[in-house]
Amino acid sequence: MISKKVANVTEALQGVKDNMTFMFGGFGLSGIPENAIAELVKLNVKGLTCISNNAGVDDFGLGLLLQQKQINKMISSYVGENDEFERQMLSGELDVELIPQGTLAERCRAAQAGFPAIYTPAGYGTEVAEGKETREFDGKMYVLEHAFKADFAFIKAWKGDAAGNLIFKGTARNFNPNMCGAAKINVAEVEELVSVGELDPNQIHIPGIFVQRIFKGAHYEKRIEQRTVRQKN
Amino acid sequence: MLDKNGIAKRIAKEVQDGYYVNLGIGIPTLVANYVRDDIEVEFQSENGVLGMGPFPFEGEEDADIINAGKQTITTLPGASFFDSAMSFSMIRGQHVDLTILGAMEVAENGDIANWKIPGKMVKGMGGAMDLVASAENIIVAMMHTNRAGASKLLKTCSLPLTGVGCVKKIVTNMAVIEVTDKGFKLLERAPGVSVEDIKNATDGYLIVEGEIKEMEF
Repeated sequence: MISKKVANVTEALQGVKDNMTFMFGGFGLSGIPENAIAELVKLNVKGLTCISNNAGVDDFGLGLLLQQKQINKMISSYVGENDEFERQMLSGELDVELIPQGTLAERCRAAQAGFPAIYTPAGYGTEVAEGKETREFDGKMYVLEHAFKADFAFIKAWKGDAAGNLIFKGTARNFNPNMCGAAKINVAEVEELVSVGELDPNQIHIPGIFVQRIFKGAHYEKRIEQRTVRQKN
Repeated sequence: MLDKNGIAKRIAKEVQDGYYVNLGIGIPTLVANYVRDDIEVEFQSENGVLGMGPFPFEGEEDADIINAGKQTITTLPGASFFDSAMSFSMIRGQHVDLTILGAMEVAENGDIANWKIPGKMVKGMGGAMDLVASAENIIVAMMHTNRAGASKLLKTCSLPLTGVGCVKKIVTNMAVIEVTDKGFKLLERAPGVSVEDIKNATDGYLIVEGEIKEMEF
């Protein structure tokens, strides 16, 4: 067994520098690498390019990095719930590339899988396709989208082992498996770090080969963005 | 004139047995409340769940189980979770039968705009561009006019586009409209709304042929 286990978040984030490009798993606040984000706030690295479906909310998730003006550029698909993000974007302080959600997932997956680019129909005929190569296949138009290049990917899983094998829970899975292995260094944080051999190989979502460092997150708030319930009866 | 629930109720009639359906945020989400209970339908949410159920009871919310609107949800027996790439494989690969989404503007050629107002509002397209570029069957759920009273059914969209020539049907608080090669074709009118009212509220070319029946629910 090749061990990927590191002692804590500090060790996991060694090598993180200003002006790097990072991927962050998560959809909304679900399945975000809370411990890695907290450490990045502490390290106060600046000039970052962040690839993440959303940008957190004002006081949680990537919103914490935005507050400290650590982010230079965001690549996201939806940023609707963050006033500070919108303010920085409209004022021009923050460079933003908005891309379709499926394109975001596939540009991650392409990087993970060794494809330089992919063709997608999403965004054809819109400003998303401006300046990009397009091509017709079987009478339909497609846009060429390039694989991302990132220095670190920060992944959040439910369970993992020292070999780096990961299992996700519910919709907290989202972009995490697509980003894991898409960056030069892929850091996974887990709620439960179990002994090697405890996870059923049939149930592994992401094999350890895609992970360079794994650690147990010290604390998870797992904040709910839209708490919706129904009444009994 | 219908309210949002009325629009959802009318759209629910378009949902057929055996359909996999993707519901957008807002009015589309309400459609799930009105689907007949004698048919089998599975709702897909693009953040990674198929077989979505109702909201959880108080105290049973799980931060790890949400829909694309970031709302806490439950799953039904037979449900599955998956990653974002697989979710959009379902969408782009045309495995989802029906897509229902909201819009700020729709043009008479089927163009749709729903993600950006330059200089004012930037939310992003989320999964909408993938959905409209791929789905065979797209229904737009929206109010016929915007808050300022201006028509949302236009000759050409004024806002940045989400997709081109993709909308097939529109259900508003006033009418059911089909998007044809020749323009908007009026199919049904909402209770208490006249054809004249709809004409006045529609900026794009409106085709009216024969008698236009009132919607049935």
